[in-house]
Amino acid sequence: MASTEEILAGLAEIVNAETGLDVADVQMDKSFTEDLDIDSISMMTIVVEAEDKFEVKIPDEEVKNLKTVGDAVNFIAAAQA
Amino acid sequence: MMARKVVITGLGATTPIGGDVPTLWENALKGVSGAATLTDSWVEEYHLPVTFAARASVPATDVLSRVEAKRMDPSTQFAVVAAREAWKDSGIEEVDRNKLAVAFATGIGGVWTLLDAWDTLREKGPRRVLPMTVPMLMPNGPAAAVSLDLGAAAGAHTPVSACASGTEAMHVGMELIRAGKADVVVVGGAEAAIHPMPIAAFSSMQALSRSNDNPQGASRPYDIDRNGFVMGEGAGALVLEAEEHALARGARIYAELAGTSVTADAYHITAPDPQGLGATRALKAAMFDGLIQPEDVVHVNAHATSTPVGDKPEYTALKAALGDHLDNVWVSATKSQMGHLLGASGAVESVLTTLAIYHRLAPVTINLDNQDPEIPLKVVTGEPAKLPAEGSIVALNNSFGFGGHNAVVAIRSV
Repeated sequence: MASTEEILAGLAEIVNAETGLDVADVQMDKSFTEDLDIDSISMMTIVVEAEDKFEVKIPDEEVKNLKTVGDAVNFIAAAQA
Repeated sequence: MMARKVVITGLGATTPIGGDVPTLWENALKGVSGAATLTDSWVEEYHLPVTFAARASVPATDVLSRVEAKRMDPSTQFAVVAAREAWKDSGIEEVDRNKLAVAFATGIGGVWTLLDAWDTLREKGPRRVLPMTVPMLMPNGPAAAVSLDLGAAAGAHTPVSACASGTEAMHVGMELIRAGKADVVVVGGAEAAIHPMPIAAFSSMQALSRSNDNPQGASRPYDIDRNGFVMGEGAGALVLEAEEHALARGARIYAELAGTSVTADAYHITAPDPQGLGATRALKAAMFDGLIQPEDVVHVNAHATSTPVGDKPEYTALKAALGDHLDNVWVSATKSQMGHLLGASGAVESVLTTLAIYHRLAPVTINLDNQDPEIPLKVVTGEPAKLPAEGSIVALNNSFGFGGHNAVVAIRSV
């Protein structure tokens, strides 16, 4: 099980690989669409990569609820628990 | 009313003998081979009968950013690299985006993406198939990416006619400008099919050279020992512009795109008409379109793929279109150097034909050791051929494709 900080760092790496955004810009309070300008296609790629990296399932219907980076980190932490 | 005159003001290319136009031109004059033994593990894994190809000399991933490249099939990566070079070369700073169009061809499209996605589906299941799969594999991907990159809003077209595609894109661009639908069109062709499946498929139809022990000598158009083509990859791009638009901005004009034409053999799905009738009609139509007499023609960049059955009908067609004047015409078979770029070949060869007119110098054909006596063309070998230094000169570029597609462009000095 990874800590919140570890999940955030891992997610930031995935976002960086997909979009080129600096890992430092991927903060808990950032909105994927509003702040990070991530479109739905990139979001699905990030979700699938995150499933592999953190060994969790993120159902498609759940993805729309992951509005901020923090939402995703918390969901992954809960799913790992 | 006279048709609008169309001129060529920008050139771009990424090929097996040069990752940009200056390098391509330097090597085309020198005479080098871009073919080499493939080092990919899949060559042995699938026991491919052909173990070499002509890869792009500069990988597109070295030029594009990682994130850009990730969202593009290799064919689209090549297209964007070549189109950016052509656009920069044109010097256009401002343009009405509603009068800027794209005609970017491919023969096969996103074959790497398609087959990678199929592998992923079988090995990992549907959820692991990338969401970008469809836009990456679609054959209009290169045209769409170039349109997006340049903000070209007057339309993005994708002529698909196998190995005639790149030259057909020139024809489409010409028509768009003549019809007043665009003032500037970025035309080109892209291909990235050096993948085990297309190699196996082209091999099984006996189209590829199997000179595995001599990759650099394998592509030998017009040679008596030619035994098939060599697969190449890359892209070529040209900026076509209405003459008045180019003159108004004081553009450097390489040449005039004087005439274009497209015909179909309606003879056989893969074999060329042995009489070359469709090709002859295409040659004559392009010359008619550009008000060109046989005596005006000084150079031909031939389709000349190095297959036993393909090279001769092209000679027959040239003879029918140009008559005895053909004896005076310098012919270059540049696939001897860079292999066959399939849907990109016509675009890259149009770049070379434009430069041949601009510099009045025809590039060399390599590997022509024993010219087939049935193809008595005046082929440029050894040294580049000097074209007439004075007066108006014309060069033709031929491309033919499976399906019986024939496309010809005529390029004139300005």
